Amino acid sequence: MPVLFVNQERVDVAASVPGDTPLLWVLRDSLDLTGAKYGCGMAQCGACTVHVDGQPVRACQTPLASLKPGAEITTIEGLASREGKALQTAWEKVDVSQCGFCQPGQIMSAAALLASNKRPTDADIDAAMAGNLCRCGTYQRIRAAIREAAKTLG
Amino acid sequence: MNRSAVDNVSRSRRALLRAGLAAGAGLVLGVRLPVRAQTAGPGRTGAATAAPPFAPNAFVRIGRDNTVSVVSKHLEMGQGVHTGLATLVAEELDAAWSQVRVEGAPADVTRYANTMWGPFQGTGGSSSIANSWDQLREAGAAARAMLVGAAAARWKVPPESIRVAAGVVSHASGRKATFGELAEAAAALPVPANVRLKNPKDYVYIGKHVPRTDAKAKANGSALYTQDLKLPGMLTALVAHPPRFGARPRRVDASALRGIPGVRSVLEMPRGVAVLATSFWAAKKARDALVVEWNETGLWRGSTAGQMADYRKLAATPGRPARTDGDAAQAIAAAARSLEATYEFPYLAHAAMEPMNCVMRLSADRCEVWTGAQSQTTDQSAVAEVLGLKPEQVTIHMLHAGGSFGRRANPHADYLVECAEIVGRLAKAGTRDVPVKLLWTREDDMRAGYYRPAFVHALKAGLDGNGAITGWQHRLVGQSIMAGTAFEKFLVKDGVDETSVEGAATLPYAIPAIAVELHTPRVDVPVQWWRSVGSTHTAFSTECFVDELAVAAGRDPVTLRRSLLAKHPRHLAALELAAARAGWGTPLPSGRPGEKRGRGVAVHESFGTVVAQVAEVTVRADASYSVDRVVCVVECGLAVNPDNVRAQMEGGIVYGLSAATSGAITFKDGQVEQSNVHDYPILRMPEMPRIEVHIVPSTAKPTGVGEPATPVIAPAVANALAAATGQRLRRMPLRLA
Repeated sequence: MPVLFVNQERVDVAASVPGDTPLLWVLRDSLDLTGAKYGCGMAQCGACTVHVDGQPVRACQTPLASLKPGAEITTIEGLASREGKALQTAWEKVDVSQCGFCQPGQIMSAAALLASNKRPTDADIDAAMAGNLCRCGTYQRIRAAIREAAKTLG
Repeated sequence: MNRSAVDNVSRSRRALLRAGLAAGAGLVLGVRLPVRAQTAGPGRTGAATAAPPFAPNAFVRIGRDNTVSVVSKHLEMGQGVHTGLATLVAEELDAAWSQVRVEGAPADVTRYANTMWGPFQGTGGSSSIANSWDQLREAGAAARAMLVGAAAARWKVPPESIRVAAGVVSHASGRKATFGELAEAAAALPVPANVRLKNPKDYVYIGKHVPRTDAKAKANGSALYTQDLKLPGMLTALVAHPPRFGARPRRVDASALRGIPGVRSVLEMPRGVAVLATSFWAAKKARDALVVEWNETGLWRGSTAGQMADYRKLAATPGRPARTDGDAAQAIAAAARSLEATYEFPYLAHAAMEPMNCVMRLSADRCEVWTGAQSQTTDQSAVAEVLGLKPEQVTIHMLHAGGSFGRRANPHADYLVECAEIVGRLAKAGTRDVPVKLLWTREDDMRAGYYRPAFVHALKAGLDGNGAITGWQHRLVGQSIMAGTAFEKFLVKDGVDETSVEGAATLPYAIPAIAVELHTPRVDVPVQWWRSVGSTHTAFSTECFVDELAVAAGRDPVTLRRSLLAKHPRHLAALELAAARAGWGTPLPSGRPGEKRGRGVAVHESFGTVVAQVAEVTVRADASYSVDRVVCVVECGLAVNPDNVRAQMEGGIVYGLSAATSGAITFKDGQVEQSNVHDYPILRMPEMPRIEVHIVPSTAKPTGVGEPATPVIAPAVANALAAATGQRLRRMPLRLA
């Protein structure tokens, strides 16, 4: 039974779960963690972004079998880092969201960026966020919210 | 004041739905995760869904707990309508924003019709705020009058002496009460027939900044979309769709599905083959393992190249008149010089982030539907028809939609009908009360049809010796969106679908002779309205052609437009402000060596709103280009929520820019060539221009803002590219040679 830690809770995955099941669907269908979304199924839109051992990954293209035993997975529901909280506050302050469907993935990508780069330039932001699509076109506000969060983190 | 309001379509409802959900539905054993949002999220447990003591009308519910629930008859799909409608109610009710929450209305045309559409409940045509403007303010004012009446009776003072502000009812004597404390007494009073609305100078919310009601839920992952819904015993359905539109399954071989755990049924459907399973992944693997032989006899096997060639031939012949002012052909023939141009538009997919989906549960005498519906009335009757029910036996629960852009208003309720056929089949086989979640994959969403139709526009104009436009002829060739729908009888007149020619037949420019003609070929590609509908193509052809005429006449594009818009003060106001803010007429900062820069303008009215944009572009030596800055001016009457108006302009521009730079659904041998966002690209952050939005001050009734920014950006960019390079691009998407 593979063991994962999802939002700091231990999860024992049954052997009957096929190893090719993408992490996204383990989260959504089995653990009722539906913050990460299905958008494209081919790691092109970023709506399914979660952290695996602190790194942003596309959960739709991350088979269960590819995860190391004991891998630590963080989803939007469990995002508790300083960066994450600052981003969520900034997201509200800037009123980033429109339909909101992509935003958990955007915030997870942004949280990974700020965890490794406290003062990202606009070019850094664009590079880190290029894999996250927003069909409502909130990019300008996403940039602003990331800058705002970086500022509050000091 | 604590400025927060809550959107109720979030975990609170999810928590309710989960009550009674057995724990063992998942594939994972072990520790059951505490879902943080269930306890710490924005949801409160259903006070609004329990019968409130005070419900003076269909839109306002006030609970003993002092919450004000605004019932939204419109779908929240990103456009901010929950916040907008709540703003109208809160304003006239004098509620505190922090006590306001929003929930979606059920499908019920008797209470929730769009007042601009007759007996029809639906969200579209950028009409939500415009059609609700009086209705929702009156709903708030009526509730306020009743609360005041209740306080007056309790305190034995005249109602006129009572004040209401930020959710507190008070009297000079020092007496105070909350809405919750007065709710029951207010409910016993008669609903006033007439209410007095505020003087706009007293507005505390309208025209000011209020934060979105759904901001928190959308930042913490708790906002509930159809994709997220889970009901006890629910099955997930995926459907194998045919490779060509209209094909039916002839033979289905499901033998390869044996051994895929979790698969429950395979159903041969009229338009596809459905697989039902206990999880998405099981359903997906099973669907991919199906071998289906399709009956494709007599189906369309056309290609984009052939279709556009046919359209161009049609454009050379007279079409059905959509507008005739004077004799345009004669004016052009007699002109000192004439100009011709042909513009071409591909099919476009809506490509909302959340692929189409819905959940249905059929019981003996009722079908419950959970979805984000843009056209409740269509959906309700379509589902009822499939299942042999009356429309009122179909309940629609509204959830957030992860975008839509028109797609969730399908005139045939296509994916809902598909799901209804599935639950109907199950019922015939004796299985009722099992909720089915139909999920389309991205590929289904992109390939199963309903596109912005492809068009060819042929324009001709005459110029006199002074460079004035003497005649204008505009021929459009493209499929009708309304043909074959319930809207045909209202919107197709004398063979002209109004939505094919809107923006062309309504050309605002003062030109003595104008002829607009339409050809409506029949092609077996399903088409549908797409954010800004006809204007998606008419704004481009008209605004590019005017620009071409300006260049030909040696006139400045803004000056020429100004001279033709004397009778259109809203257009003029938008155009002038855009030109001023963009620094029109001043030189652009030059680019790096080898780069060319240019500025382009466009102005267009759609859905009663005028938008003017100036785009700045940089063209690199390799013919690639970037859109660097867009100045956008909107004239939309009174801006109820200026920040949301700005957001809709920003989003509308990005949506239009994706189409301008890369959007195209093409066909080969009757099959769609694109399948996902790698070959139907959506604008990404590095390509995002800097957008500045300015709102023309106005006290007129509000007009819509969801769509009108979208059609203006492509002509502004094409005109900027022409200014930079001299190269005129007349085919969308815009690619420089």
